Amino acid sequence: MLTVDNLSVFYGDAQALDDVSLAVEAGTIVAIVGANGAGKTSLIRTIGGMIKPATGRIRFRDQEIAGWPSHLVCNLGIGQVAEGRQVFPSLTVAENLDMGAMLPRARANRARNRQRVEAMFPKLSERLGQAAGTLSGGEQQMLAIGRCLMGEPELIMFDEPSLGLAPSIVHDVLKAIRDLNASGMTCVLVEQNVAVSLKIANRAYVLENGRVTLSGTGAELLADERVRQAYLGL
Amino acid sequence: MTALWNEIPRHGKWLTALLLLVFIAAPLVVDRYLLSVLVLVLYFAYLGQAWNLLMGFAGQLSLGHALYLGLGAYTATTLWLLFGIGPWIGVFVAIAVAAAAGLIVGWLGWRFGVEGVYFALLTIAFAEFTRIGFDHLGLTGASGGLFLPVSPTAHDWWNLNGGVHLFYYVALILAIAATLLAAWLRQSPLGYRWLAVREDPEAAQAVGINVFRVRMIAMLISAGMTAVGGVFYGFYYRNLFPSQIFDISRSIELILGPIIGGLGTIFGPIVGAIILTPVGESLTTFMQSSGLNVPGAKSIFYGIILMIIISLRPSGVWPWLAKHLRLDRPKS
Repeated sequence: MLTVDNLSVFYGDAQALDDVSLAVEAGTIVAIVGANGAGKTSLIRTIGGMIKPATGRIRFRDQEIAGWPSHLVCNLGIGQVAEGRQVFPSLTVAENLDMGAMLPRARANRARNRQRVEAMFPKLSERLGQAAGTLSGGEQQMLAIGRCLMGEPELIMFDEPSLGLAPSIVHDVLKAIRDLNASGMTCVLVEQNVAVSLKIANRAYVLENGRVTLSGTGAELLADERVRQAYLGL
Repeated sequence: MTALWNEIPRHGKWLTALLLLVFIAAPLVVDRYLLSVLVLVLYFAYLGQAWNLLMGFAGQLSLGHALYLGLGAYTATTLWLLFGIGPWIGVFVAIAVAAAAGLIVGWLGWRFGVEGVYFALLTIAFAEFTRIGFDHLGLTGASGGLFLPVSPTAHDWWNLNGGVHLFYYVALILAIAATLLAAWLRQSPLGYRWLAVREDPEAAQAVGINVFRVRMIAMLISAGMTAVGGVFYGFYYRNLFPSQIFDISRSIELILGPIIGGLGTIFGPIVGAIILTPVGESLTTFMQSSGLNVPGAKSIFYGIILMIIISLRPSGVWPWLAKHLRLDRPKS
């Protein structure tokens, strides 16, 4: 569904991604793991159209999208749940959700998508009139996911969805991702919680200093000695 | 629009109607001097609405709105003086010129990632360049100024030439129209995009909003509206000097109202203008009558008021006032 070939990205002179290639098949969860500064967020932001790559190709379905602006990438069906629960704090929950439905591809189905999202996250539907900034961290993350779903994505990229959340909430968030995947959603998951993300991933890539150094199924990487040492502390 | 009106609580509707009535009937009651102060109140309420669209809604700080004010004023007055084109037609040219200037400033800033304070500096720089340019532009009288003929007894609304009553009602219509436009935009899809971009540009990008375009539209509307204020200024004062109309103090005085009244609110710019202008004018009158001559005293005075209000009511007077009048929208 999504293939990235030989992608390189620079911030000025500093190279953030170096010849990165990966493939995401429809209906799977692909995990991208790596230390801070390894280039995970740069990768997501480049696919999402917020950073222009220096070289390389990004294909989504039949389209070559490298270098496209983000609003067009979004409208193709690549959704993003950005790092740090980026909700619009002074807007209400309902307004935040509707903001996700402004994409041309999803505008007509707003009412139906709202019902679906509210059914999926009942807590949000109880707080529709409340300012998003007053929600708890976990609720804000659910709102960010719900807002993304309002745009009818076919693939969602999650950037550190469990960052800064209490363990029980992390569980809820990951369960929401698995449920989405079970209903057919393709997911790209960037997670610092390596053990959990490898467990739920069909396929995983390890990024180090902007390069893919290892890839395989989630189970393979979980069993890999280097991964166990570097990321799982075993 | 009717939905917006229905959202206002019943006593709010009465208060709005009362305020409108007071403003419509004021010329029957007050003397010329007071009426000229009210003209300024309405003028600053109008400009405040224009600037608030860009800052309060779209979150982009412009400290150079004098640019659009001056371009609007010079365009319409020059068209009238040189080609006999009346202000009601010239205003459209003025809007186009100022909007084009706004697009250049916006494009240079936002296309190249000039954000926040640096963008504000860019807006100041453009107003200053233009001031220096007009100081040397012979067509408009250069630094010596441009003058429209003054005829105190004229009643010529088509050429915007007449007494204070004429300008009062023109300013009133402008202020009302700007407020209605702001209220309508606020609840439109475009308005929500502005708020999203203001709150978090990156998150706005992540939901597929074209941040650049949305900001450019805000700039286009804000600059165009400000140019209309400039046309009003030109024909009301009937003289223009680059060192005055393009001066940074023009840019500053038009942003004080919305800041004091409440950024990003519909009634903030009006409340701010109602508070600030009469206070500033009475200071001027007081200084004149008491024979004090302290250049810059008004600026210092505005500065002090701004500091006091910002420290007491950081989000402006209107949100606080609305709460006490029970006019704020109930959060269901």
